[in-house]
Amino acid sequence: MRNPLSKTVVDIKPSGIRKFFDIVSEMPDAISLGVGEPDFDTPWHICDEGIYALEKGKTFYTSNAGLMELRKEICAWYKRKYDVSFDAKTECLITVGGSEGIDIALRAMLDPGDEVIIPEPCYVSYVPCVELAGGVPVTLSLKNENQFKLTAEELLSAITDKTKVLILSYPNNPTGAIMTREDLEPIAKIAVEKDIIVISDEIYSELTYGDKPHCTIGSLPGMAERTIIVNGFSKAYAMTGWRLGYALAPSLICEQMIKIHQFAIMCAPTTSQYAAISAVREGDKDIEKMRESYNKRRKFLMKQLEEMNIPCFEPFGAFYIFPCIKEFGMSSDEFATRLLNEEKLAVVPGTAFGDCGEGFVRISYAYSIDELREAMGRINNFITRIRNGK
Amino acid sequence: MREEILKLIEKNSRLDAKDIAAMLGTDESAVSEELKAMEKEHIICGYHTMINWDKMTDERVTALIEVKVSPMRGEGFDRIASRIGKFEEVSTVYLLSGSASDLIVTIEGRTLKEVSHFVAAKIAPMDSVVSTATHFVLKKYKEHGVGFETENTDDERIQVMP
Repeated sequence: MRNPLSKTVVDIKPSGIRKFFDIVSEMPDAISLGVGEPDFDTPWHICDEGIYALEKGKTFYTSNAGLMELRKEICAWYKRKYDVSFDAKTECLITVGGSEGIDIALRAMLDPGDEVIIPEPCYVSYVPCVELAGGVPVTLSLKNENQFKLTAEELLSAITDKTKVLILSYPNNPTGAIMTREDLEPIAKIAVEKDIIVISDEIYSELTYGDKPHCTIGSLPGMAERTIIVNGFSKAYAMTGWRLGYALAPSLICEQMIKIHQFAIMCAPTTSQYAAISAVREGDKDIEKMRESYNKRRKFLMKQLEEMNIPCFEPFGAFYIFPCIKEFGMSSDEFATRLLNEEKLAVVPGTAFGDCGEGFVRISYAYSIDELREAMGRINNFITRIRNGK
Repeated sequence: MREEILKLIEKNSRLDAKDIAAMLGTDESAVSEELKAMEKEHIICGYHTMINWDKMTDERVTALIEVKVSPMRGEGFDRIASRIGKFEEVSTVYLLSGSASDLIVTIEGRTLKEVSHFVAAKIAPMDSVVSTATHFVLKKYKEHGVGFETENTDDERIQVMP
């Protein structure tokens, strides 16, 4: 038989965290701080709309781009919250989670050889999606001392005449870093000067803490025509399993994204779309409640790390912290493996999110305070032993 | 800060001052002082435990008693409500608007008989009580914002996710 596989696909590296998942699922009393989704239930008024849609027999396809009512609500919401205007008819597409948005945005724009700048550490799908779209991923190592923000100098150093796209992902998974308006301004200026399109993955936009609200790079001068905003319902409304996201893009690009979406997916799940209308319309109070709760846990964890003397910059977004574990003289993978074997606590090695994540681990705080307290106790036992040379 | 503290311990009274301080980004001593002050001012009236007694014993019943009373001159409903509340069998006493009855009283007892007897012997004969109607609770579905019916509390999330 001939080799049935695509070389491009076979060459994609499998995710490094699979082995942790396997060990944790075999270890009954393990605690995991490794999840990547909220611990809240979807607010009931949203579920109720989904159920109502089923009861009324709304079980057919929607239009390819998604329900017009939902697209209008999303555009109005982004305008109200982040001061960017998109036309619901031609510049908004409902996708199957934010992940699909990333994939089809890249596929709509890349030709073989086009370079995509991907600042790391970052979510694991960007590099493979670029490769699958025939592009060339150019990863860029961000630095702890810059709180893992992308700086103008770093961006300039990665740009070549083949650079076409920059993927920005703030608030960031895994670091929890955010970029404020002031941080984004120099990046936007370069994007305009060098004619680069930005895919802005804003899936954690609603989980921004501190005084400065989230800012989308699409709202900065000259960026409306060159920004694709990818967002969704998973993190903001605790709706991961509903698989619903959206992309806001200039009509020129959006039209081509809809073409791919139409052939690959047809349309996003209808039940989820009806439920999501209720989320956008009446969900602001739910977001606020969950954000407040995450923020308290974030502060709790930062305090615990401080007491244990584990260095960590203060992250103002998402539900992750990214402490530095270099002093223990182990690789991230070794640290995480030993922590799991010796204390039955799972965290994710920073290297799962790019080579520059070496020396860090990702800790998720989408857990109750009781679980976090217990987990921090286990970390404390572990590092005390190591510091005592055992 | 008081409201922030109260919101936290309303849901979880086991949080100690140290945890609360960490979660609010303030110091432990400030939280301890506020807690003590609020206890003294009776803003915090106790630290109780939510228990689903149905799972422990059959010998425990709850009844809601509608009580119609004639208000007393100069005292309104306060005096009779306070008198009813003195019995240790009574767990709540509320004054209602827009209802045929004036007070609703929750009573906890061991058996239906015990509760009925208590109402007949202690509440109904009170001077200003006009009538009572006793409703026994058959099943509790939710109390203090906590559903009693949650079958599965396991974390079903994928435990390690990028």
